[in-house]
Amino acid sequence: MGYIVSREGFAEVIAALRDKYRIIAPIRKKGGGRFTDVDVILYGEVTDAAEIELDAKSDYAPKEFLTPLSETLFYFTEQEVKEADLEPKPVLLFGRSCDLHALERLDAIYLRNGKAKDIFYERRRKLVNFVLIGCDKSFKNCFCADMGTNRATEGYAFSVDRVGDEIHADVPDAEIAKIFAARGREEAVTPRYVTENEVHVTVPETIPAAVLKSPLWDEYDTRCINCGRCNFVCPTCSCYTMQDVFYTDNGKVGERRRVAASCMVDGYTNVAGGGQYRRKNGERMRFKVLHKIGDFKKRFGFQMCVGCGRCDDVCPEYISYTNIINKVSAAAQDAGKEAE
Amino acid sequence: MMDNPYIPFSSEILDIIRHTEKEYTFRMAFDGEVRPGQFFEVSIPKYGEAPISVSGIGPGYVDLTIRRVGRVTGEVFERREGAALLLRGPYGNGFELSQYAQGETVVVAGGTGVSPVRGVIEALSLMPNAKDKYVVAGFRSPDDMLFRDDLARWAERVNLTLTVDGAPEGYTGNVGLVTKYIEGLPIKDVKTAKAIVVGPPPMMKFTIIELQKKGFADENITVSHERKMCCGLGKCGHCRVNDKYICLDGPVFNYAEARDFVD
Repeated sequence: MGYIVSREGFAEVIAALRDKYRIIAPIRKKGGGRFTDVDVILYGEVTDAAEIELDAKSDYAPKEFLTPLSETLFYFTEQEVKEADLEPKPVLLFGRSCDLHALERLDAIYLRNGKAKDIFYERRRKLVNFVLIGCDKSFKNCFCADMGTNRATEGYAFSVDRVGDEIHADVPDAEIAKIFAARGREEAVTPRYVTENEVHVTVPETIPAAVLKSPLWDEYDTRCINCGRCNFVCPTCSCYTMQDVFYTDNGKVGERRRVAASCMVDGYTNVAGGGQYRRKNGERMRFKVLHKIGDFKKRFGFQMCVGCGRCDDVCPEYISYTNIINKVSAAAQDAGKEAE
Repeated sequence: MMDNPYIPFSSEILDIIRHTEKEYTFRMAFDGEVRPGQFFEVSIPKYGEAPISVSGIGPGYVDLTIRRVGRVTGEVFERREGAALLLRGPYGNGFELSQYAQGETVVVAGGTGVSPVRGVIEALSLMPNAKDKYVVAGFRSPDDMLFRDDLARWAERVNLTLTVDGAPEGYTGNVGLVTKYIEGLPIKDVKTAKAIVVGPPPMMKFTIIELQKKGFADENITVSHERKMCCGLGKCGHCRVNDKYICLDGPVFNYAEARDFVD
């Protein structure tokens, strides 16, 4: 069911939804960006509809809620192990089509890779009701159309499109539809989506082994500074490291956390006794990129990358991941020709 | 929350076997199915977790041979018999022992790489055709040797070549890398013989080259890989190579598959 509500009406809808849901959405932090007078858009809990950034792409992804940068798993008290609590209130998680597709990727790793489900992910995932922010235009560095993630037709509780001073919402969730119905007029709504981006990629069907040894990776040995920002903003990066801490006030009490890990950052592969794999940044770049456009698909049947372009937005060295994909594609073609 | 695979269980240290100053085997209370080549996540709350491979299996226990190299293992070495460690596991596929019952088998292991195959060698040494089983074990120096008692016992049943990378003057045993001893192995039928290679990456690489030179088919070579692992469950991502997760799909792989791994 679709509804059109005024801006004030939408504020009332959000206020009413807060009884049942925590609302976690992109928020613009003024001046919080990487340069002077630049904002940052990150995820947080909102109390007022006006706080939700509907007009720009968020710098960080909705995984901020599902896989927090640092999450306490257990508390240790002498011989006791206690699981950390999680606020049980359902969540309305705002994001765009690429972000909704990204949830499928996180689900694949955390719920379907191996026999055991990740219980800490699952308990958060069960709370999530997705709110789809429509895209009336493509943002900088987006390439969702080429990745096939530009449109979401299901999997959301409701959608939000700002059209002038009104909010257009498609509301498949029957309970939430009642809240909209009381504050707006009914009209069929299709969430807006883009069909064309400025940036284009060609993802190769298969990646021949020769591409792994290609010199194309060498330039990233020096260009990349292995800061890992691309991983931390990526909506599909899911790696973590276990970390135990104990309290300085009471050494008998402590906790086990997991913290976001980056395959670009030193220490990711370190084993006991000094062993390390992929010392060069170019090798790490290859490991990351080929996971996104090949290795993940071999395992799960669909590509990991959703084409949001956040990695390109954030890279301090202006490395273009989409350029790398296209270089891989060209190298794959060359390797294919040589093999013939 | 029930059935949380991240919750470790407490296991008593039944015995500690001291091999070298830095390498001890901790015999841990454990009842349950486990195979050589699998591993446990060993933890001490507040210090962390580390993946440790199973070096021995017996009634009511598993052996974990641990090298004192980091924060967790450093703390493990402070524990004595009767104390407890937290464990999760076993994880990984482990070795399929039935593959090695018939015909000739060569196990080449280096340093702490002997730990994951100790159970395999033990099983080979008890087979009726133990004389067709070859073990080449290498350590850095005579002082770094692990499982001395086992080595002495195995020497009587299988064809054991024990070597050290370097030794002080007066040492009478073999000196040289394990790779040096592959060529001379008196394998009767290299077409059917099986090989297992475990050790540091360069040792594995060059041992496999020697085995290939000798005529071993890639399909008949099995390797076990070591990687950083934070979960053992296929989630944390650290152990991934290409589209494989060492913790789920390995750590034991047929080399015909593992030869395509690019780190």
